Amino acid sequence: MSAGPTSAGTDARAVGGEPGAGPLDTVGGPPAPRVAAAGGGGPHVVGPVSEIPPGEGRAYAVGGRQVAVFRLRSGALRALDAVCPHRGGPLADGQIDAEVVVCPLHAHVFDLGSGACRSGQDDVTSYAVHVEDDQVVVVLPVEM
Amino acid sequence: MARRRHGDDGRRDLVVVGNGMAGARTVEEILERGGAAQFRITMFGEEPYGNYNRIMLSNVLAGLESEEAIFLNSMAWYDENEITLHAGVRVARIDRHARTVRADDGSRTPYDALVMATGSSAFVPDIPGMRTAGRGFHQGVFRFRTLDDTRAMIRYARTHKQAVVIGGGLLGLEAARGLQTHGVDVTVVHGPGHLMNQQLDAAGGYVLRRGVEALGISVLTSARTVKVLGDTEVTGVQLGDGRVLPCDIVVVAAGIRANSSIAAASGFLVERGIVVDDQMHALDDQGTPDPTVFAVGECVQHRDQVYGLVAPLWEQARVLADVLTGTDPSAQYHGSRTATKLKVAGIDVASMGVTAPERPDDDHIVISEPRRGLYKSVVVRDDRLVGATLVGDLEKVAPLIQAFDRGSPLPEDRIALLFDLGTAPAAVGVAELPDETTVCNCNGVSKGTIASCVRGGVASVTGVMDATRAGKGCGSCRTLVGQVVQWAAGGTVEVDESASWYVPGVPYAKAELVALIREQDLRSVSAVFAALAPGGVEDAKSKMGLNSLLRTLWGAEIADERDGRFINDRVHANIQRDGTFSVVPQMKGGVTSADQLRRIADVAEKHRIPLIKLTGGQRIDLLGVPKEDLPKVWADLDMPSGYAYGKSFRTVKTCVGSDFCRFGLGDSTALGIAIETRYQGLESPAKLKLAVSGCPRNCAESYVKDVGVVAVDGGRWEIWVGGAAGAHIRKGDLLTTVDTPDEVMTLTGRFIQYYRETANWLERTYAWVPRLGIEHVRAVVVDDSEGIAAELDAAVQASVDAYRDPWQERDDPAEPGQFRTALPLTVLPQVPVR
Repeated sequence: MSAGPTSAGTDARAVGGEPGAGPLDTVGGPPAPRVAAAGGGGPHVVGPVSEIPPGEGRAYAVGGRQVAVFRLRSGALRALDAVCPHRGGPLADGQIDAEVVVCPLHAHVFDLGSGACRSGQDDVTSYAVHVEDDQVVVVLPVEM
Repeated sequence: MARRRHGDDGRRDLVVVGNGMAGARTVEEILERGGAAQFRITMFGEEPYGNYNRIMLSNVLAGLESEEAIFLNSMAWYDENEITLHAGVRVARIDRHARTVRADDGSRTPYDALVMATGSSAFVPDIPGMRTAGRGFHQGVFRFRTLDDTRAMIRYARTHKQAVVIGGGLLGLEAARGLQTHGVDVTVVHGPGHLMNQQLDAAGGYVLRRGVEALGISVLTSARTVKVLGDTEVTGVQLGDGRVLPCDIVVVAAGIRANSSIAAASGFLVERGIVVDDQMHALDDQGTPDPTVFAVGECVQHRDQVYGLVAPLWEQARVLADVLTGTDPSAQYHGSRTATKLKVAGIDVASMGVTAPERPDDDHIVISEPRRGLYKSVVVRDDRLVGATLVGDLEKVAPLIQAFDRGSPLPEDRIALLFDLGTAPAAVGVAELPDETTVCNCNGVSKGTIASCVRGGVASVTGVMDATRAGKGCGSCRTLVGQVVQWAAGGTVEVDESASWYVPGVPYAKAELVALIREQDLRSVSAVFAALAPGGVEDAKSKMGLNSLLRTLWGAEIADERDGRFINDRVHANIQRDGTFSVVPQMKGGVTSADQLRRIADVAEKHRIPLIKLTGGQRIDLLGVPKEDLPKVWADLDMPSGYAYGKSFRTVKTCVGSDFCRFGLGDSTALGIAIETRYQGLESPAKLKLAVSGCPRNCAESYVKDVGVVAVDGGRWEIWVGGAAGAHIRKGDLLTTVDTPDEVMTLTGRFIQYYRETANWLERTYAWVPRLGIEHVRAVVVDDSEGIAAELDAAVQASVDAYRDPWQERDDPAEPGQFRTALPLTVLPQVPVR
């Protein structure tokens, strides 16, 4: 249980603001995720699945995007844009069930599968995500 | 988008120009009369959508409804009924001689019968600066008429903060209220001398104005907008008296005008609207009714009247359908007596007939209570009700509408029209309403429709609302819908059960849920879902409430599933708008020391805390702390959590008490600290804010706390409960007066535990105490009428014993990545550093 304290010193805001800022890819913990070229489509390894507790989400910088990866209680993974289109709330901090995530700021609801908003805001992008050798792999669309 | 097209099957071609509420409703009425066997139906709609409830756009703007929820007919409805829908296609002209409709996409559609339902559009006064040459409306100028208008406004309001709404009628006030929910400052500029001057007299308008202003909306009446300012985008408006109102959004809601240009260009008689006869036939420009062409809705002028309300439209649609399908070839429309019930910016308004007496012998009864936000007036002529206006209280609206519609006899004592004088309960009023009385104006649902729905087997209010759409518009008629359902069900109406559930995803009220959890020994949120939710399905919005309940029931003896907690409870801090957190260390009773202050100052400097703020609970709030810094900030503070984030016992506010204050009657400071020490951090259905005051001057505001203690003469202590001074203001009820601080401690704990065990999730004490009644609460807590005092005391003691400062998790995180940032890249809207 060392991921929290050892990474706690990173001030995301101090270096934030630039999509694709490299150093942030390591925020999750000591082993630097093996990330493909920033901005590139295709699969990106973002970190061990063990750092996402069941029923919760964690945010990752993936190829210049912010992606929230959720681990359902069933063990299945889902991945969405990490930022709520309403007022920028951190979706990875939201509560989830098997279907939806609820944004922690104003309780807007997003479908975990499609990214469709069920409460009248814009939709968010959803990404393919799976586990390979206990590592979470997020697949970005190639043409983007 | 063109949908299906049919072959020749002997049916006639019916073309409907307009896919709004009038057009679609007319088609529904035609289909109901078996029209599908007579007609192949084609509809043209200028907007690229199916058919939606325009009245509900204000709810969409205010974020109360989603876009999907306001659609009346989905695309599937058109398919199922074999209606060819051209959505997003504008009709250019009707060729009466060739009997074809020409559209902008070049198509020609033949018709045997034609219905014009072109509706109306926003009237935009010719104010300089409103439009930009060649580019339409100035950037930042909006109308409020269509779904696209609404979407554009919502988008723009995200980045702009000050709006002027031109027009203080219904639409303008709805736009103002809607924009306000997006954090926009709104000023309504209204030309006439009072708001809603079409429906209200000056005194009623004043009462409404007070209500609107109380919402934080500024109102200027008798104010003319003469110019819209700004080069590339709007920067303000100038008024007739030279004043300039700075703003970056302008909404024009100055009324509507019938869309009649297609009719005029096609040789029909147009005045203020398309002129129709009593059978809804459009007249040609010689004044002769065209036997094959009809018009309906807001685009119509009938007997010199143009209606901008929805109820007349329903009546017109019925007559048109009767005539067109031959169901009743002699059906006639004789105009509508418009009685409206509205919810304007959350304020109930009803109006019918004249707003003021017009003849010397007219009786005029007025009750005007601006301070309470109430206004009621009726005008009676020759013993008939000819006008009524209600603001703020629609309890008497049903009998008034009935008296107005039917000209039914009035009570000799006119004031009984406005008040129940110990007679005639509401249910009687409902029973007397004729079946055809419209209950829901927004969706045109009559009392008869609701009654037959109930007779058809739907026995709950929500079921009826879903089935008939009654009450799903502005919502002002929901009480009346409930009364009608109750009446129709003969008092056997099913209680809407989900409303009583403790959380939405588990179908039990709190008492049953508690019993089941105890009986089945359920000790985790997921176990509760698995055992008690339908199909074992978990529900995100239920987790927090279940987690709180389990902790109340089992204390530390639960399987702690962190995903059951809201983020605040996972990281023991309150999430802020930019995803950072606020840190409030415990400062019992609002008492601190030089050492604590020095440490707080050091922490603030070291961690570059953007904002240090004194809270209303007499503590110090460090705002803008990133999640990943929380453990270090707590470690450097080395103070316990103040619990300024949870649904839990928060703080005890105190005054300086007897040690220093020359008025102090009791040591409020010491008692406050003792209470906070004992009950710190207890989970509860909603937050608990307490106070102890040393004398009835009440400097710690004890009368408006969940539990407030006041020292009184003779060394005694009053305990007040159920007070509030936030969004809701309520003076608490006096629970009891006791002789010693020890008794205060015991009764406070017993009260809190009884609240924890019986209140609904998120039900504050200010709602819970009046719900149970202070006499009942007093009987249980003070007099032990149910014999559970000892149990309550033991249960709260167990919770007190289980207390552990959550900020100790800094050294031993409860789970991986607990304090990991969820915002890796973007700089979000930051609270400015002060």
